[in-house]
Amino acid sequence: MKMLWDLFFSFFKVGLFTFGGGAAMLPLLQAEFVERRKWVTDSELMDFYSIGQCTPGIIAINTATFVGYKKQGKIGAIAATLGIVTPSIIIILLVASILSKYMHNPYVIHAFAGIRIVVVALILDAVVRLWKQGVKGRFGWGMFALSLLLLVAAGLSPVMIVILAGVAGYAFQLYLRRKRS
Amino acid sequence: MIYALLFWEFFKIGLTAIGGGMVTIPFLLDLADKYDWYTKGELMDMIAISESTPGPIGVNMATYAGYNTAGIWGGIVATFGLVLPSLVVIILIAKYLFAKEEGGFLRQALFGIRPAVLALILFAGWELARLSLINWQSVLIAIVSFGLIRWLKWHPIVYICLAAVIGIVFEL
Repeated sequence: MKMLWDLFFSFFKVGLFTFGGGAAMLPLLQAEFVERRKWVTDSELMDFYSIGQCTPGIIAINTATFVGYKKQGKIGAIAATLGIVTPSIIIILLVASILSKYMHNPYVIHAFAGIRIVVVALILDAVVRLWKQGVKGRFGWGMFALSLLLLVAAGLSPVMIVILAGVAGYAFQLYLRRKRS
Repeated sequence: MIYALLFWEFFKIGLTAIGGGMVTIPFLLDLADKYDWYTKGELMDMIAISESTPGPIGVNMATYAGYNTAGIWGGIVATFGLVLPSLVVIILIAKYLFAKEEGGFLRQALFGIRPAVLALILFAGWELARLSLINWQSVLIAIVSFGLIRWLKWHPIVYICLAAVIGIVFEL
C-alpha cells in the first residue's frame, strides 16, 4: 500500500511540474525515478520512453504505466497513471471554469486572437521537429503524400488513415524482408 | 448519453494517436467537425492553454475538450477514455517486453504511421490557419513567430504570452 501511494504521489509530482509534451518530462523522470528513488535504471527509462513513443496513447502516460507496472504489476500501473493525470484534471478544470467566465471580456478576446495565430506556428513547428525521425526515404515521402491526398480529396477520418498507414507500413517491411532473404 | 459518447470518442483517440500530445490535434479537430461539442476556434484556445499549464499536453487537451462538452464530469470521462488504451496496451506489452524485446508488428506498422501522422497534423494546422490567419497582419505575425520558435527554441509558453500581449496591444 505504501508503495502504491509512493507511485501515485511521485507521478503526481511529475505531472504537476511538466510543462509541455513528453520530452519535457524526461529530465523530471530521470531525477525522480533513476536518481532519487532508484526504481529504474537510465537505460530502462530510455527503453520505456522510446516504446511509449511508438505505442498508442500519450507518451507521458505510457511511460508512467511502464514504471508502475515494473514496480507493482497492474495495480502499480494504474496508480502511476492516475498520479500523472490528476494534476492535469484539477488544473485544467480550474482554469477552464475561470476562463469561461471571462471569454466575453474584450481584453481576453484580443489576447486569444493573438494566441490563435501563434498556435498555428507551434503546430507547424511540431511537424518540422517530428519530420526527421518520422519520414524516412522514398516510402516515407510517399506515405506522407498519400495520406495528405486521402485526407484532402477523399475526406477520410484520421483514425482510418492511421489504420491504413499502419497496414501499409507493415506490408512494406514484410516485402523488404522477403526481398532480402 | 453524452458521457458514453465522450468516453468512446476519446478512447478511440487514445488508441490511434501514436506519438504524443500534438498528435491528438487532428483527431480533436475531427470531433469539432463531427459534433457541436466545441468550435475550431475554441480548439485553438484549448491548445494554447494546454501548452501553458502543467501536465502532459495530450491529457490537458482531453480534459479541456471534455469540460467544454459536458462540464466537470465530461472532463474526467474524456481523460479516462484517453488513458485507458495506453494502460491496457502497455500492460500487455510490458508483460512480454520483460521477457523478450522485439517490438514486432507495431514497430513495422510505425514505418507507415509516422509519415501519415505528420500529414494529419499539417492538414490540421492548415485548417486552423484558415480561421486565424485572416489578414496580412496575422500572416506576418505567424511567419515571424514561426521563425522565432525555430530559431530560439524557447518554451511555447513564452510565445503564447507574447502573442496575448500583441493581441491586446494591436486589438487583433
